[in-house]
Amino acid sequence: MKIAFTAEETGWDSQMDPRFGRTAYILIYDDVKDELAFIDNRENANAAHGAGPQTAQKLLEISPDILITGNGPGGNSAMLLKKINMKIYTGAGEFCVKEAYQAYQKGELKEF
Amino acid sequence: MTEIVVISGKGGTGKTSIVASFSYLAGPKAVLADCDVDAADLHLLMQPDFNKGEDFYSGKRSKINPDVCNQCGRCVEICRFHAICATNSHYAVEPLDCEGCGYCSRVCPVNAVIMEDLQVGKWFISTTRLDSIMVHARLGIGTENSGKLVAQVKKEAKRIAEELNRDFVLVDGSPGIGCPVISSLAGSDFAVLITEPTLSGLHDLKRIIELVNQFHIPAGCIINKCDLNPQLSSEIEYLLNRRNISHIANISFDNVFTRAMVNGQTVFEIAHTNVQDILIESWKKIKRITKQKGK
Amino acid sequence: MKIAIASGKGGTGKTTLATNLACFLGKHRNVVLVDLDVEEPNSGIFIKGDHVCGEDKFKMIPIWQGKCSLCGLCQEVCNFNAILQLANELVIFPNLCHSCYACSELCPDLAIPMAPQKIGELRHSKNNRLSFVEGRLDIGQEHATPLIAQIKKYVSDHFSNDFIQIYDAPPGNSCPVIEAIKNVDLIFLVTEPTPFGLHDLKLAVEIVRKLNKSFGIVINREGIGNNEVLEYCRQEHLPILAKIPDNRHIAELYSRGELVYHAIPEVAQQLFHIEQYLNDYLNEGHP
Repeated sequence: MKIAFTAEETGWDSQMDPRFGRTAYILIYDDVKDELAFIDNRENANAAHGAGPQTAQKLLEISPDILITGNGPGGNSAMLLKKINMKIYTGAGEFCVKEAYQAYQKGELKEF
Repeated sequence: MTEIVVISGKGGTGKTSIVASFSYLAGPKAVLADCDVDAADLHLLMQPDFNKGEDFYSGKRSKINPDVCNQCGRCVEICRFHAICATNSHYAVEPLDCEGCGYCSRVCPVNAVIMEDLQVGKWFISTTRLDSIMVHARLGIGTENSGKLVAQVKKEAKRIAEELNRDFVLVDGSPGIGCPVISSLAGSDFAVLITEPTLSGLHDLKRIIELVNQFHIPAGCIINKCDLNPQLSSEIEYLLNRRNISHIANISFDNVFTRAMVNGQTVFEIAHTNVQDILIESWKKIKRITKQKGK
Repeated sequence: MKIAIASGKGGTGKTTLATNLACFLGKHRNVVLVDLDVEEPNSGIFIKGDHVCGEDKFKMIPIWQGKCSLCGLCQEVCNFNAILQLANELVIFPNLCHSCYACSELCPDLAIPMAPQKIGELRHSKNNRLSFVEGRLDIGQEHATPLIAQIKKYVSDHFSNDFIQIYDAPPGNSCPVIEAIKNVDLIFLVTEPTPFGLHDLKLAVEIVRKLNKSFGIVINREGIGNNEVLEYCRQEHLPILAKIPDNRHIAELYSRGELVYHAIPEVAQQLFHIEQYLNDYLNEGHP
């Protein structure tokens, strides 16, 4: 299963970014291969408008099974992610990525 | 670290004065983020030193190179915003009308149109006279208000708060209900809504309540100038109850706010009034509520 | 004659002035009050009239016809990230679209023609010689400017030049304000005699000067602060057209959605000053 996280930096210790559209990085964890990869989203984060959909598009290209984030995507991106039935879990905004993953596994996060 | 954003929907409710008051109470523990970039006033009370400043770019504008332009007029044909003017065979873009769509640059047969990054303002990191850090910005006139500058200001404030281990980020939010307010609210832990008991105020309050609910941000409300119209004040209290918004305080109309503003001060720095006690209680209440939510 | 009532800062009393002035003048002249604060139109709270007409207002956005070569050119040419090319489809975000037509007209398959999408409404009512036109942006719409432009067009199509047209502009200094005031003859800048008022007045003055417009200052809540606004006006040779006194009763009437000049003679007096200024202005051969 592939799990995506919105994060401020690129490791397991990195702080989660509570936002979606302007998140600096998207981390992808493949739990079969036990690999953590990342996408640099800073160019999108810098867009004057429409950062959300651009970030969502990047996410669609990777097609994770689950997205873990803080507050959840805004209107435009939410619409896009819903199209592909992306499962989104929110409430992890204050954690580091590792803690966010653990919280998800323990069922402590809210489904969007 | 807790992020508290103060918004009002309508202008003139006392939002900025109240933010300054909370800043006074919190001292250096709160990093200030002035996100009211279209008409920023908080600095008039906080006297930031504009220590570090950076240009801010957002969007683009077209510019025609007169040396390359062959006056074919193709750009004028396709521009939906009537932003290109041809006088005496001299083609030029009117900056205030140009939306930065770039269509003209794509159709110009001789590549005479350049898209330039538009500097829409500047943002600053300052120390205030109360020894707190303040991140603020200035938007150029006639530029499009965007969430991007607001996001930049908040991002910096948050980064500084984390680096210096400060307890709060206190955000003076943008007015209205559009993009900049949404950007002000994104990622916040608590929203303080400032309203007044007028029909206009109530109308706008309903719209911002919808917004905070949409983003699942817990909120509380201060009714300023509450004695102007006790009936409407009651109506507002009833609305808050129904919509699960904490009722933080009522403040009677008091010209101490204006007197303080004229002196470039917060209400705490002039003679004691009832308002000060209400604001102290309000800040305590906000801290209590945000602590309870596990911040 | 077209007059805009504007202010850099919100809450200075723009709508109070616009509504009271419109009603005051409307007693013996043809006046149309136009509320261009389309995100939060509040003038209608103070104006009662008979419904004349209501219209939906639209902006043009691209609509995907469901089939194309998925070349991605549309996404490439859109500077606002309003159109995305996914694996099997195009997705359009109307709220990000600026209606520049680039994607639609440059599409090699002509697969995204432009079509109207509702962005708001216009309401037109009338009470004897006073007409009222209001623009209201739908919640969720982010661009006020296209609606403001259309409200203005409606007014110029339906009202002749012998009407005094009073435009209640949005607050602030950005795009919508420019659109609201750029075609008027005269601008009244409303301010309050405080540091906040002065600071925002200066920003507003910068804009109106850039647009090369005639303007005058109205000081609201006179007496509450200091003399800096007066000083500034004097230094810059800005005409002060009226000074409305600070009066709690005014605030109370406003809170109830009532006009104030009937109950408060000083306000009526100030409106009379403005009327005189307008008479002089017209007599000097201005439009």
